[in-house]
Amino acid sequence: MRRNLIFVFLFLFEGSFVWGVQEFKAKDHPSDNGTAIDLFWQLPRYVKTASQQEPVLLHYNSFVIEKQDSLGNWIKLKELHPEQTHYTDSDNIAPGQNFNYRFLAYAHELKQPLTFEAQTVSFAQWFDYKKTPLLIMIVLLCGAVIYYILAAKKGRDLFIRKINGLESMDEAVGRATEKGKPILFVPGIGDLDDIQTIAGLTILSQLAYKAATYNADLLVPVSKSMVLSTAREIVKEAYLKAGKPDMYNQDKIFYLTDDQFGYVAGIDGIMIREQPAANFFLGTFYAEALILAETGFGTGAMQTAGTAQPHQLPFFVVTCDYTLIGEELFAASAYLSKAPDQLGSLKGQDLGKLVIVVFIILGVVLEIVGIPWLKTLLTLE
Amino acid sequence: MKKTVPLGITFLVGLIVISSEFIPHKPFNYINEGLENWFLIISSFAIILGQLSLIKVNSGKVKEKVENWQYYLVGLISFGVMVLCGILWGTEDAKGLAGNGDKLIAFFGQKPFEYLFSNIYQHLSSTMFALLAFFIASAAYRAFIIRSFESNLLMLAAVVVMLGRTSIGTSLTAWLPQGWRWVHLPNIADFIMNYPNNAAQRAIMISAALGIVGSSLRILLGIERSYLGGGD
Repeated sequence: MRRNLIFVFLFLFEGSFVWGVQEFKAKDHPSDNGTAIDLFWQLPRYVKTASQQEPVLLHYNSFVIEKQDSLGNWIKLKELHPEQTHYTDSDNIAPGQNFNYRFLAYAHELKQPLTFEAQTVSFAQWFDYKKTPLLIMIVLLCGAVIYYILAAKKGRDLFIRKINGLESMDEAVGRATEKGKPILFVPGIGDLDDIQTIAGLTILSQLAYKAATYNADLLVPVSKSMVLSTAREIVKEAYLKAGKPDMYNQDKIFYLTDDQFGYVAGIDGIMIREQPAANFFLGTFYAEALILAETGFGTGAMQTAGTAQPHQLPFFVVTCDYTLIGEELFAASAYLSKAPDQLGSLKGQDLGKLVIVVFIILGVVLEIVGIPWLKTLLTLE
Repeated sequence: MKKTVPLGITFLVGLIVISSEFIPHKPFNYINEGLENWFLIISSFAIILGQLSLIKVNSGKVKEKVENWQYYLVGLISFGVMVLCGILWGTEDAKGLAGNGDKLIAFFGQKPFEYLFSNIYQHLSSTMFALLAFFIASAAYRAFIIRSFESNLLMLAAVVVMLGRTSIGTSLTAWLPQGWRWVHLPNIADFIMNYPNNAAQRAIMISAALGIVGSSLRILLGIERSYLGGGD
């Protein structure tokens, strides 16, 4: 209400009147854990002194914000540019506490600064409403995936497009068996907290099973100790499942180094010495991608690579026989298992993709006609 | 039981982590940080497993005198020397068992670990990284060999981008009037990088994000179990 009262006499100051809206507010910062307070202000634009006939426009020099400490002293918090209209204080703010602020506005036309005080209590919120669009998208995508998983479990026939890179696994294992050479599986330089590494390891499970079935040798050099123990467990289970536990040799899954280029040097050495018949690079790869794949190409191995790193994909496409691009890496395990519920989740992903395509087209059209509603709705602050 | 308990833990932790993304209130706002710390602690212990594997595999090869066994021995010795230097004289500001090694610092100019790190390890690492330049050249040559319409397009785009990023490329079209600015090579290169290239990369990123959602859901719901060692 007060905001709308333009040019109303509000404040008497050293014989001069200031005109216009003036307020200073302290509010708890929304959607946070109670560690920030927002400060807003609106200042008068004119001043009228006893000696002047007409109100004079105010030119502010600077704003100073002060915060009261536990002893009641005012401590300078920040000096701000006069064009600023708000400030967020996140300096030593704890939830549930009361904070007092003082705002000083200095102007050429005023002998003393305009002074305002405000206080508020900070709170931790139970829902970050700024992430509502993200929640909607997650619910939509998860809903689609779960729907198709349930549909697949009920026996609904689902069409999944052919992924050549995964169809080639049998060919690669067969080739290794025929040549009597090992298969090299590289899970990348990511640790177990990287979903790409987990996706790579789920494929390792299928590959190890096939390798055990065809009596092919499998080498898995890793760069992270956590990946080492997981990969060993996965391969061991796969050999057990294939009924050949005696063929499992844990020394074939070994740790090289955590260092990126040391790892590359180690694997390049293995490729040159052992001459694997097939190489699989599935996981997280950065600058080492091309060094690995190009060396493998030089040895004449059949190569399959997969990563979600867009910058490394061109290198894999050029040097490998088959490349799993982006989502194909994550789809691999489900695709290879042929289990209906896993395939259902792939179908759900496709529906999610359709939803995103619709949103993109709709967003482009709405932006062209000047309606920013969808963009605003889906923009995370 | 061997699978049920881990699956239950995975589901519960996954649910909590997803919830914590939307709940800024205590204790949810500390959960992600806490779990990341747990991961770091477990990783630190797991390093021992990696080192044991390294020693076992390499010493086995040295013992059996496999072909090129000398390299495995060099690897083991390098590993041992670095570990010893770190333990005895420490790294950076941290003291080792034998103090700071002031005499060695006076001789090498820095702690033995730091000396080996900056004078051997870093150079070896840079050498490996430098190989990338040659590999890019050979891979690019193969990619640009004209075999089809698509590879023609690829080669054309690559030539334009490469020329547009060099001073020669800039001078080649610099004589064109300002009205023809859009055909200046640097501008065409920028257009290719900013629009077609960016669009393709974003498409890959969106599809990868969807794949991550699907993959995570399969793991959370216990449909995908191969990361636990098997499917049953």
